[in-house]
Amino acid sequence: MPPVIAVENISKSYRLGSIGGTSFREDFSKKWGALFRRTSPPPPSDFWALKEVNFSIQEGEILGIVGRNGAGKSTLLKILSRVTAPTSGLVKVKGRIASLLEVGTGFHPELSGRDNIFLNGAILGMSKEEIHRKFDEIVAFSEISEFIDTPVKRYSSGMYVRLAFAVAAHLESEILIVDEVLAVGDAQFQRKCLGKIGEITSKEKRTVLFVSHHLESVRKLCTTALLLKNGKLLLHSTVDEVLKTFLQESNENCSSMIIHYPEKPLQEFHLQKIELLDEGGELKKSLQTWDYVRFRITFHSPRPLKSGAINFHLNAPSGTRLLLTSNSPDQSFTLHYQEGTNVIDCVISKLMLAAGQYLIGASLAVPHIECLYYGVDHALIEVQSKDIYDSGFAPESHRAFVPMDCHWELP
Amino acid sequence: MQPPSSPCSEDKVEWTTIIGAHQGSWDWKLAELWNCRDLISLFVWRDFVSLYKQTILGPAWHILQPLLTTLTFTFIFGKVALLSTNGIPPFLFYLSGTILWSFFSTCLLKTSNTFLSNSGLLSKVYFHRLSIPISTLFSTLISFAIQLSLFLLVWIYYCFQSPSIQPSFSLLAIPISIVMISGYALGGGIIISAVTTRYRDLSIAISFAIQLLMFLTPVIYPLASVPHQYQWILSLNPLTPIFELFRFSFFGGTPCSLFSLALSATFLILLLILGLTLFSRIEKTFMDTI
Repeated sequence: MPPVIAVENISKSYRLGSIGGTSFREDFSKKWGALFRRTSPPPPSDFWALKEVNFSIQEGEILGIVGRNGAGKSTLLKILSRVTAPTSGLVKVKGRIASLLEVGTGFHPELSGRDNIFLNGAILGMSKEEIHRKFDEIVAFSEISEFIDTPVKRYSSGMYVRLAFAVAAHLESEILIVDEVLAVGDAQFQRKCLGKIGEITSKEKRTVLFVSHHLESVRKLCTTALLLKNGKLLLHSTVDEVLKTFLQESNENCSSMIIHYPEKPLQEFHLQKIELLDEGGELKKSLQTWDYVRFRITFHSPRPLKSGAINFHLNAPSGTRLLLTSNSPDQSFTLHYQEGTNVIDCVISKLMLAAGQYLIGASLAVPHIECLYYGVDHALIEVQSKDIYDSGFAPESHRAFVPMDCHWELP
Repeated sequence: MQPPSSPCSEDKVEWTTIIGAHQGSWDWKLAELWNCRDLISLFVWRDFVSLYKQTILGPAWHILQPLLTTLTFTFIFGKVALLSTNGIPPFLFYLSGTILWSFFSTCLLKTSNTFLSNSGLLSKVYFHRLSIPISTLFSTLISFAIQLSLFLLVWIYYCFQSPSIQPSFSLLAIPISIVMISGYALGGGIIISAVTTRYRDLSIAISFAIQLLMFLTPVIYPLASVPHQYQWILSLNPLTPIFELFRFSFFGGTPCSLFSLALSATFLILLLILGLTLFSRIEKTFMDTI
């Protein structure tokens, strides 16, 4: 089968330190120095977001792109959707590309849903005639036909996403690029969208590139996958193989009981680290089924905040959420964020997890109002097997995730 | 590296798009721009419809703005400063200058902000980047058309009132001045927009510079009223013949010199070439520097 996208030796570098912050004076003095003093300027410290990436995608392939934060996924998508140009290398494309790096790109809040369908459709590359033809289908898919003449600024966020995705799902391009957009919207609509993408691809031979942190949807939807690490292509293979390698990779980074998060600008809310402690407040040596464990979460807040919420969650490697606990309102534990570093413990007195690997994360929010930090950068923890029933069989996660404290008896 | 997708027989595949590091700055992709005409028309319509949402007076603002400015000018320059208008009724004279100048300055300022004010949109999806400044030009043209019809009504009224103003074939020159002033606004705007992605200083300087430029252009005074020894300063300004031509079309009098008009047109073409070249150079990587 012929390839529809061929990526040849793509590299992309960003100048570190002064991205965009150049002033005319700075540039001028650099040029001046180079011209007259014959001194070569110090080599700029370049950050390679992508380094010599090669691959090709066949027609009808649904390709998942996975990798940790900062691996180069977004940069790759930006180059493929022509938002930015590569530093070197070539991408050859056959057919129209529609990219969905964000839902509702170009929506105008003052305009009605109807008007925004046309506007958004045109921005994504549809002609007016094409949108006219599909208009009814789009409205039906979005399930908001009664609000179609209301300005979108009055929409709930769910309605907004529905309408935006409905437009994108009806694009007639040969290649569709989708980035993490499904993270918003409720689960039912997510399933509908995934179904629609799958349907389009199987019927119309459309090629899809899909980036998601939700590994389960990558597994369900994609046939093949790419694994990126530090800007390099590590593996391009079947989706199962790539996800297996990805999880092993994550594991190697996480043998200790402290998880450090990458540094972020101080004006953003972000996690700094999560430590796994025992009853005495010491760092745990190992983590086993039914252990007492104190997850000590350190996060940064750029400003004081009254009654903030912190959520701690635990996922199976497939992405299925096993635990979500919040200080408020679940536990009604009031937490005032201080400016700077904050520390809080989430105590689990009996960790009911079978031996295996799990992903943990935390997010910060103003309860019911605003998400301040969304914990997508999951960290991997490994629970060691322990023979809790003294039976010679330790519970393993491939049989069941949650070994409850249960026993058998005759009535 | 898997899978065994060898660099396949390339001559069989017909690539429609090649994305590379450097496509020449001379490649303006005008055919692609033509395909964006639906998008451009929707942008124009969006700008027009959304501008006066949740306002009481709505599109009446298009009329009110030049009307109030002209009344102020008529009072300040005509009654207080006693500037000459070459025998043309002051209200009509200032109205003609105001609408053409406000069209130019609004359009220039808006297009010069193309990258900065649309970075959210431009960082998410690709379409021909020139669609934005061109749609800005058209939506400013619409409000200019409304103002021009206001001016025409006033002008027709004066045609009956004052014998010195009579319609003539010179009216046919109106499109020339409008096309040229649009070209200057667009060309200047895209050059500034390209440069401001690196040096923000310019976006601050430009709104200030436009105010000064108005006084160096015969907007509130006719060229003829400028003392002879200073006229060369104004003739350096390529906008001068355009404003003179615009007035000549309605009011007659001495036609502006064809030589300076031709010079201005030549300069305009150079400006547009420079603008398109700079713009297509910047558009590929501005996301990294903005």
